[in-house]
Amino acid sequence: MRPEAQVIPLNTDAADRLAQDQAGFDHKVASVLRFLRRRLAGEYEIDEFGFDPELNEGLLLPALRPLYERWFRVEMFGMDNVPGTGSALIVGNHSGTLPIDGVMLQVGLHDHHPAHRNLRLLGADLVYQIPVLAHLARKSGHTLACQADAARLLAKEQLVGVFPEGFKGVGKPFSERYKLQRFGRGGFVATALRAQVPIIPCAIVGAEEIYPKLADLKPLARLLGFPYFPVTPTWPLLGLLGLVPLPSKWMVAFGEPIRTDEYDPAQADDHMTVFNLTDQVRETIQNMLYDLLRQRGPAFFRA
Amino acid sequence: MVLVTGVSRFLGARVADTLQADPSIERVIGVDTVAPTMPLGRTEFVRIDIRTPSIAKIVNAAEVDTVVHLNLVTMTSGARVKAKELNVIGTMQLLAACQRSAAMRKVVVRSSAAVYGSSGYDPAVFTETDEPVLPPASGYAKDAVEVEGYVRGLARRRSDLTVSVLRFANFLGPHVDSPLSRYFHMPLAATVLGFDPRLQFVHEDDGVEVLRRMAVEDHPGTFNVAGDGVVLLSQALRRAGRPILRLPAAALQTLGDVGRRFGGLKGFSPELLRWLTYGRVIDTDVLARELSWRPKYSSEEAFADFADSQGLGQGLPLELFDRLTSVVGGKR
Repeated sequence: MRPEAQVIPLNTDAADRLAQDQAGFDHKVASVLRFLRRRLAGEYEIDEFGFDPELNEGLLLPALRPLYERWFRVEMFGMDNVPGTGSALIVGNHSGTLPIDGVMLQVGLHDHHPAHRNLRLLGADLVYQIPVLAHLARKSGHTLACQADAARLLAKEQLVGVFPEGFKGVGKPFSERYKLQRFGRGGFVATALRAQVPIIPCAIVGAEEIYPKLADLKPLARLLGFPYFPVTPTWPLLGLLGLVPLPSKWMVAFGEPIRTDEYDPAQADDHMTVFNLTDQVRETIQNMLYDLLRQRGPAFFRA
Repeated sequence: MVLVTGVSRFLGARVADTLQADPSIERVIGVDTVAPTMPLGRTEFVRIDIRTPSIAKIVNAAEVDTVVHLNLVTMTSGARVKAKELNVIGTMQLLAACQRSAAMRKVVVRSSAAVYGSSGYDPAVFTETDEPVLPPASGYAKDAVEVEGYVRGLARRRSDLTVSVLRFANFLGPHVDSPLSRYFHMPLAATVLGFDPRLQFVHEDDGVEVLRRMAVEDHPGTFNVAGDGVVLLSQALRRAGRPILRLPAAALQTLGDVGRRFGGLKGFSPELLRWLTYGRVIDTDVLARELSWRPKYSSEEAFADFADSQGLGQGLPLELFDRLTSVVGGKR
C-alpha cells in the first residue's frame, strides 16, 4: 500500500475550490449578462424624478467607488446621526470647484450607512442644462434645487442633500478654504420646517484641496455661460490632465440632527425663525469643520 | 344635448361614440371641418368650420347644454397658420357661442400638458397650480396656452357654467396616430445626444373615460391627465426595439426640418424636440381625488399596449444579444 490516500483528499479539495471558483465566475458572468439584457430590453423602473436604482447600483456607484476608497480615502464619522428610515435633510458645506463632494457623500451614505440610503441631492440648474450630466444626475437620483422638488422628495421619505452655499461655496478661491459662505436665503430651513423633517449638519473636509482655485478667468466664464472659469495649479496648464483631482485625504462628519418638529410648520414663513435656524445650522457646520480639520491634519501624504 | 368638436379625428370620434352609447344623453352632435372616417352611431354629424359664427347657430338651434371641445390640433401638417386658426379662432368662436347660449351648462376643454413648456429649469413634477418656467413660445403648445386663457375668460364671465380643462399627457394606444406614434415607428429613432427625457403617456381608453366622466358629471377645474409612473425615452425606444441614433440638438433640429419639408415627417416640431430633450412630468393626484379613479394603464402599460398592438418590440439589438449569449453559452 502506497500512501496515496493522503494525497487524494487534497486533490479533491483543490478541484472543489477550482469548481467553486468556476461556479462563482459563471454566476458573476450570468448576472452581468442578465443586467445587460435588462438594460438592452428597457426592463427597469425609474421614479418620477428619473432615479434609476439599478443603473445607479450596477454602474454609476461602482464607477465612483475607486475614487472614494482609493483616491480620497474618505472616512465617515457620525453615521448614526443619519436615520435609517424616513426623510431628513442633510446640509453640507460645498467646495472643490467641481461638485465632487456631493457625489462622494452619496457613495458614502450608500456604502457605509447600515440602511444603504440613497442620497437625493438638490443640484444647481446649470447641471440640468449640460448634456450627459443632466440625465446622469437624474438617473443617480438627484434633482433640481427648487422648493417643489425638495418638498416632494421629503414627502416620499427620502434622504435629501443640499449645499446652501451653492456656487459661492463650490467656486470660492483656495485662500478662503473652509470658510463657510452665506447660506442663501435659508430656503432649505423653510422647506425642512414645512415638511417637519430633521436637519442633519454635515462637514466635508478634503474637497477644498482637490482643485485649488487660484484665479478665475471671468471673461471666459461669461463667454461659456459658467459661473466661473477656474485656474488651478494643473488646469488649464496641463490640459485634460489638469482635470485629475489632487488626492487629498477626506473626512466627512454628520452632526446631531436639528429637530424642526418643535416648530409650527407655519413658522416657515416667519423670517426671524428661519434666519435663526439657518445661523444655527451654519455655525454648527463651521465648528464641525474646524474640529475635523484639526483631526485630519495635513491634506496630502496621509493614508 | 352634447356637442363634440373635432369629431372627425380619433379622440373626438371615440368620445362621441362613448357618449352616444349613454342612454341618458338625448342627442350627440358632432362637428368638424372634414367628414368623419369612423362610423359615429347615433351621433349627428354637422360639417361646419368652427372658425365661423355658424357654430353659434348650431349651439342655439339644438339647445346644446354641454360642449366637449376636442378641436386642439396637435399635428401641424405644414400649414401651421391654419392649425393655429383652428385652435385659437375656432375656440374663440365656440366660446363666444357658449357665452351667449342660455341653455349652456357645461364646457369641457381638451388642453395639453404642453402648456407647462419643457426646459432644463423645470421642477421634476408639475402640478396644476405651477406656472411654466419657460412658457411655450410656439406651436400647438402656445395655442393651448391661449385657448386656456379664453376658457378662463368664459368661466369668469359665466360663473354659472361648469368649466373643466384637461391637460393631457401624450396619447398612446392601439389606434393613436400622432407625431409621437410616428416617431416610434421610424426605422432609426434620433434622440438628443446627452439627454434622456422623462416621459408620460396616457392611454386612449383612459383619456376617453376621463372625458366621458367630465361630460356626464360635474367636475369644474383644471386637471392634469397622465398614466401613473414615468418612462425614459431611451427605455421606451429599447422596449420598442428601435435602434437609437444620438445626435446633437442642432443636428436633430436640422434633420427634423428636412424631414418635415421633404420626408412627410409631419409635426416633428420644435415643441416635440424640446419635449424629447427635457421631457415633462405632471402630477395627477388632483384628478385622481376628484374622480376617485386611477387610470387603467400606467405610462409604461400604455406604451406597452401601443407597442404590442402596432407591431413594435423585440428589436434587432436584443435579438443579436440573445443569439450571441446562446452561442457562447452553448460552447461551454
